[in-house]
Amino acid sequence: MQDIHKEPVLSASHINFRYGKNAPLVLKDVNLSLEAGERTALVGPSGCGKSTLASILAGYERPESGEVLWEGKPLERTGYCPVQMIGQHPEQAVNPRWKMEKILRECWDPEEDLLQRMGIEKSWMTRWPIELSGGELQRFCIARVLGPETKFLICDEISAMLDVITQAQIWRILLEEAERRKMGMLVITHNRALAERVCSRMVLLERPLNPSIP
Amino acid sequence: MNHKILQKKNGTAGPESGRPFSRKGESEVFWNRRRKTLFVLGAAVTYLTVVLLAGLFLSPECYEIDYSAKFTAPCLKHPFGTDYMGRDMFFRSVKGLSNSIGVGILASAVSSVIALILGVAAALTGGAVDRFVNWCVDLCMGIPHLILLILLSFMMGKGQKGVLFAVALTHWPELTRLVRAEVLQVRSARYVQASYRMGKTRLQIAREHMLPQVLPVYLIGVVLLFPHAIMHEAAITFLGFGFPAEVPAIGVILSESMNYITTGKWWMAVFPGLMLLAAVMLFDAAGENLKRLLNPNSGNEA
Repeated sequence: MQDIHKEPVLSASHINFRYGKNAPLVLKDVNLSLEAGERTALVGPSGCGKSTLASILAGYERPESGEVLWEGKPLERTGYCPVQMIGQHPEQAVNPRWKMEKILRECWDPEEDLLQRMGIEKSWMTRWPIELSGGELQRFCIARVLGPETKFLICDEISAMLDVITQAQIWRILLEEAERRKMGMLVITHNRALAERVCSRMVLLERPLNPSIP
Repeated sequence: MNHKILQKKNGTAGPESGRPFSRKGESEVFWNRRRKTLFVLGAAVTYLTVVLLAGLFLSPECYEIDYSAKFTAPCLKHPFGTDYMGRDMFFRSVKGLSNSIGVGILASAVSSVIALILGVAAALTGGAVDRFVNWCVDLCMGIPHLILLILLSFMMGKGQKGVLFAVALTHWPELTRLVRAEVLQVRSARYVQASYRMGKTRLQIAREHMLPQVLPVYLIGVVLLFPHAIMHEAAITFLGFGFPAEVPAIGVILSESMNYITTGKWWMAVFPGLMLLAAVMLFDAAGENLKRLLNPNSGNEA
């Protein structure tokens, strides 16, 4: 887990985390440094805390101890977070009572060109989330966090629910965008081939040696 | 959806009967849920306002004591008949229901505000406040509602004040639970957390994400609370813990009529009872229809 790099833009040090007061530790003394513009794959067995670590890095969860630093400073709790996360359940990440147009433009106005490349059709804009498929929703979830303020993107199994053609399409755009604006990425996936194709580095997260976790 | 219903209705008319042609089929299409809800809601509101206003501006002469006309069966002059003092039952019922509706409005207003404050506070602060609110809700729901009403009314010295306090202060627990659950659910939703990370402030999230989720549930709760309040007002008055005997309240009227029902004076119980039933059922139907309409999972059905 220990990585020594020159100038990490996003780093987590000595992270301990558990869900609930007396629950077993999910993450135990985890350290991770991510460089600007670098694409890292985070792999590990199911239930080893990959998504939890991602949530902590993106500021969704607070670690029990340890700290997350963004450009040397603790991650801000308010304002637009430069580290954005896309999850594996797009249907949970959109407000079921909002139309797609409003969901897409919650924090920035994606240009027409990007929407077209993402394969987002105009007619979807006036629909409710319940009327779109998971793959279609995921495109919205990705497009809405590709704003200029996003400096680092965490992708937590974002393409597991998509067919292979859509997967390829979405990853191509994501990589283009990441290259263009030198955006770093942390990719969580169980797909070895995808990790190797997309990322330049692979980090293995192991289960904490905790007897209370079976 | 409509299509399916039509095919079922016209099932015997042959295989080509895919489109609506019978009168029955057309009415089926016309009365979709949206229209039905608006109609029922309109009917309920009209009925209640008419009765409420009529009762407020009714001159007491209309139900004056007239011993020469006591125990008159329903006729053209007295459509609901008269009681043992010759008072016109139609006007007394209108006045009585008007009083009940007034109590109902007050109770819904007070109870719903209590429920909103307690529910939101419990969900947003959590911890000790949440436990305390839940404890209060359990306490109130643990006592049979009618007994709680009687106790409170008795404590406040019965009469008008007693019934107002009792009905207004005992209708919040269910709605509190509902509001708390909704706020808790939306607060922990992924899209709300994502919204925070996208730099939205608490106020923006409360307005944009939470309010549209909680408000429909709350409004439906208030509408469904209303018939309960009216029923309970009538119930404790009927049992003698509510309005005093000289006030024309539905409960008083019904409880008086019980003395004469064995002697065949049926109109004294039937008509006021029907008026109360109509008010309660109209509002219940309006609330239930609203519920189905505002729920996104069934909102697009028919």
